[in-house]
Amino acid sequence: MSVLFELKNVVKGFVKGKEKISIFEDLNMTIEEGDFVAIMGPSGSGKTTLLNMLGGVDQPTGGEVWFDGERIDSLSEGNLAKWRANNVGFIFQFYNLMPMLNAARNVELPLLLTKLSGKQRKKNVETALTLVELADRAKHMPSEMSGGQQQRVAIARAIVSDPKLLLCDEPTGDLDRATADEILRMLQLLNQKFNKTIVMVTHDPAAAKYAKRTIHLDKGEFVEEELVA
Amino acid sequence: MFGLFSQIGTVIVMNIRSLPQRLWMSLAAVLAVSVVVAVLLSFLSMSNGFASTLDGTGSDSVAIVTRSGSQSELNSVISRDSVNIVSTAPGIATTTDGQPFYSAELYVVVDGIKKSSGTEVNIPMRGISRTGFELRDKVEIVEGRVFEPGTNELIVGQGVLGQFDGFDLGQEVTFGKTRWSVVGVFSTGGSAFESELWADARMVQDLFNRGNSFQTMRIRLAEPGNVDGIREMIENDPRLILDVDTESDYFATQGEALQGIVFFGWGISIVMGLGALAGALNTMYTSVASRSAEIATLRAIGFSNLSAFFGTLSESILLSLVGGVVGALVSYLFMDGLTTATMGPGFTQVVFTFELSPALFQNGIMLALLIGLVGGFFPAWRAARLPVITAFQKAT
Repeated sequence: MSVLFELKNVVKGFVKGKEKISIFEDLNMTIEEGDFVAIMGPSGSGKTTLLNMLGGVDQPTGGEVWFDGERIDSLSEGNLAKWRANNVGFIFQFYNLMPMLNAARNVELPLLLTKLSGKQRKKNVETALTLVELADRAKHMPSEMSGGQQQRVAIARAIVSDPKLLLCDEPTGDLDRATADEILRMLQLLNQKFNKTIVMVTHDPAAAKYAKRTIHLDKGEFVEEELVA
Repeated sequence: MFGLFSQIGTVIVMNIRSLPQRLWMSLAAVLAVSVVVAVLLSFLSMSNGFASTLDGTGSDSVAIVTRSGSQSELNSVISRDSVNIVSTAPGIATTTDGQPFYSAELYVVVDGIKKSSGTEVNIPMRGISRTGFELRDKVEIVEGRVFEPGTNELIVGQGVLGQFDGFDLGQEVTFGKTRWSVVGVFSTGGSAFESELWADARMVQDLFNRGNSFQTMRIRLAEPGNVDGIREMIENDPRLILDVDTESDYFATQGEALQGIVFFGWGISIVMGLGALAGALNTMYTSVASRSAEIATLRAIGFSNLSAFFGTLSESILLSLVGGVVGALVSYLFMDGLTTATMGPGFTQVVFTFELSPALFQNGIMLALLIGLVGGFFPAWRAARLPVITAFQKAT
């Protein structure tokens, strides 16, 4: 498998008042295409910061971040936005759906950044909603759906433009166990059947078991890596 | 570029659909702008109406002669001798019987009671001859008849009837020690003359102790707009300390004094507009704050910061536009066509009608858009600079 992500000597810190706080001092990691990585660790360990850097929404203060042979840590804000639109699907803990748009319009959002025709966009939206088993809820508003259904809409939105990478920030943190398992099985399916590379931040060891491997972070360092059978 | 437009369109649609979540604050912003626009248009329509009345009063075919340096008809004096000399000047049209076509007129002030306030005000009374009627193009007796020369009869302008008490047809009115009968109502097509009382010139001279003097002399010009012959005679004859101008130029100059209303209207509107601007800023900052997760999520998905900027700016402009239209409609409904009287340039009451023209409406909308633009710019800038990381913050 080819390397999708490579972090080389990444340094990340910020200044709070007069104090300099370091999150990563020399982080190195690779993620291969088709991988499903769970990142675990206590609060403040840097797992969300890592996810943000992988998603191009936060920049390292040093080192390099490479994606599919392209260095992304030095891209401008505008180019990073284009890069995200082409390569990344985000899945958030609280779904982050637009409350004023129905499910289909929410899923369509990433397609508005493409040159697809309205007809083609509609077709892709139907496909994505069918994949998450919500085709019959296309016209429903987020407020008319359960948490699990909203997260499935968010997954449909994340995959509708067929990105290589899905970044999930506590995707089951707001769901009950049964619904969480349903969402995780869906992510697993996307990884195994559609070869999506998934990086998932989670506190939940049960959720991490759906990944191919789990990375444990503590104080900005990898302390343990385990492969899931 | 198309992608950018569809992004902006989507953000605008989302912003507008989410307005009910900020209903009261949005309504307050709309209300503030509408009040500003309504106030501005009220002042401007008043000024516009006043200017129209004065503009309609003057004619290019008529010259007006006044004492040199007098600022209004009221403080002008012309002797009979001067009138006779000027009447021989070149450029004066002749009547059908070959006489110089002019009217020597008196202009005095009498008391009247304003209907709206019950206060005592100055009403102009014009002493006029038959030629004075013929000299004016649009004079029409709409009720009753013309006064009989040599009697204490007067006729009243239509504007006087609507705005002042005690001048109904058939009524007797007392000015000082003199009593007058109202025998007719006249119209002059909405000009300032309709704010006047007209009576026989000789009677006004006698009863107001004016001897054989007049205030003004109106002359029908042989060639409209050409007062050169008369002016040349006045300038070359040391006995004549007079000014001459066409009536239209004279009233246009008088109307310039009303520019103060326009400046005052704009001044007060700008001050109020600053208040509305603060309201718009507050509304839009709140809007951005309440939608920060949505904006950041769109940015995370790949939407450009321009879409966040223009989406927010559009919301502000839309709210202000609604406020502007509401304010203009309120002004139109309550002000346009409203007839009132105020102190004119001759220290007498001039009856006029508020006029809200399309150009004024445009001014009001432009002011509203300016408030929306400035009030939305800074919040829109904040929306555009909102860190994408905000989308994740609720989850951490």
